[in-house]
Amino acid sequence: MSRAATLGRNIGHAFGENRLTLVAVAILLVLLVCAAFGSALAPYDPLMTDSTAKMLPPGAQHLFGTDALGRDILSRVVIAARLDLGMAISAVFLSFIVGLGLGATAGYFGGWSDRIIGRLMDTIMAFPLFVLAMGIVAALGNSVLNIILATMIINLPFYCRFARGEVNVRREMGYVEAARMGGNRALPVLVNHIIPNILPAMMVQASLNMGWAILNAAGLSFIGLGVRPPTPEWGIMVSEGASFIISGEWWTFVFPGAALVLAVFCFNLLGDGLRDLLDPRRRL
Amino acid sequence: MAFVWKRLLGTIPSLLGVIVVTFLLSHALPGDPAAYFAGPAANAASIADVRAKLGLDQPLPLQFLRYVRDLAHGDLGNSLTTGQPVTTDLLQRLPASLELTFYALVFAVVLAIPMGVWAATRPDSLVDHLCRASVSVAAAFPTFFVGLLLVYVFYYLLDVAPEPVGRLNEIIYTAPPTVTGAYTLDALIAGNLPTFRACLAQLVLPAISLGLFALAPIARITRASMLQALGSDFTRTARAGGLPRGKILITYAFRNALLPVSNVLGMVFSFLLGSNVLIEQVYGWQGVGAYAVTAVLASDYAAVQGFVLMMAVLYVLLNLVVDLLGTVIDPRVRFEA
Repeated sequence: MSRAATLGRNIGHAFGENRLTLVAVAILLVLLVCAAFGSALAPYDPLMTDSTAKMLPPGAQHLFGTDALGRDILSRVVIAARLDLGMAISAVFLSFIVGLGLGATAGYFGGWSDRIIGRLMDTIMAFPLFVLAMGIVAALGNSVLNIILATMIINLPFYCRFARGEVNVRREMGYVEAARMGGNRALPVLVNHIIPNILPAMMVQASLNMGWAILNAAGLSFIGLGVRPPTPEWGIMVSEGASFIISGEWWTFVFPGAALVLAVFCFNLLGDGLRDLLDPRRRL
Repeated sequence: MAFVWKRLLGTIPSLLGVIVVTFLLSHALPGDPAAYFAGPAANAASIADVRAKLGLDQPLPLQFLRYVRDLAHGDLGNSLTTGQPVTTDLLQRLPASLELTFYALVFAVVLAIPMGVWAATRPDSLVDHLCRASVSVAAAFPTFFVGLLLVYVFYYLLDVAPEPVGRLNEIIYTAPPTVTGAYTLDALIAGNLPTFRACLAQLVLPAISLGLFALAPIARITRASMLQALGSDFTRTARAGGLPRGKILITYAFRNALLPVSNVLGMVFSFLLGSNVLIEQVYGWQGVGAYAVTAVLASDYAAVQGFVLMMAVLYVLLNLVVDLLGTVIDPRVRFEA
């Protein structure tokens, strides 16, 4: 059977086994469309205030209602997708690259590099991770870029340790030995022979990690770090809506919060589905 | 005993790493740390003054030694917002956070372990699927959002929970005299039952919202390790020998399944201590997390640094306790280490 057909069968199997993965893909598509074309899709300007339409409950004019300044919540939720997903994806991407680099170095060369990198990762892990992220943002300055950086740093150990383990196992394998014998230096051996083999498993880690990165970034903005009002972002919208709970205006915080839940749920399911797809042995 | 000493020594590199990082966070970053410490309202003269006072004009290694010396004296600097020493501020608020974390942990463990055991005894049954589904749904909810939802449902809609005004509604009740700092304990010590009940009522929602996220990893690992223990040879032998079901489940399987469960607690603590910050923000809880948020937003650097350091030290110590508990649960660990 051709490779493409096998892959197709595997994908079909993964979806057939687990309808939830299909649901996750559908949610992901919706989120990505919102992130890409948010400003075209949103019915209103997310920053436009309207003193005649304050605190309207969800209705025909405003599907998700309006907030204390009369801004349309649906538009804000849709437009926030780009920032929220953007922060999480860039953070995960950065920790993926840096973690892979550090982990592969430690796993392939061992010795001092392994000890230093290992100690570095242990030190990061010695902190409660959200607290460390807070400290980093506080020290580097309160900006979106630093939220991404902080999220990247606290996720680094997971990728680094994973890559280290996988590289270390493969270091002495026949095909790697053969590549070395063929006259390749360390870097080509790593890049051309080892890393391609550990990428699929790393991708699973990354997609399982995405949900957590979203929660982390949103948590930081919920407490007022990074994103500044009036920028639409799910975490900060939930925190703005929080003050109206006691008077019962639920729509101000429920919709952005639901968007967060949906995004995290979607990535968690995708991660599980991807794992089933790439590693059929771990199917339980 | 040798194991205990070895494990105690093992915490030293972690603690050292934590101290170096918190030092670097404030002293070796781009930007002017003196400006951070002087606060947002400082001018050039007061910044220079702060720089000299904090020794920031000296070389970095010297500054580090100075930082360690101050730490040894329990001196974390002064907070700009409260005007008090950071150590005093933190210690005053710590019991509130610890009390909340403790109840959250109890909630999570008491619910998650029976759930995991139950699911493991009936794999692939409806109960098992329900357990797994609810656990993965719970994992997708941001703690702060869960907190707000619970307030909306139980305070606004159903009116069964007290108003989320922090540890105690001080308009109606007076705080119990401080002994331990944990209100529920102090109220019991003072023998004041109505206050105890009021404190407990304030704790229920925040503890549940905080504990809910910790449920997932504990339930999942309990289920997995119970499945493994139940499928093992010694369980089969016990079953073949005709031992009662309860004895097999508890004495044979559960005891062996406990070690992986205690190992996942480290991750759970990392989460609980971090999310404390968010939950305290939602419920107006007067703990260290809320203090740190105020400090971060006011660029009160010494306070933030003190908070990060204290949480990290606490976390390292909790991990130590978990590891030592592990050796009680499973003596084999002592020889492996």
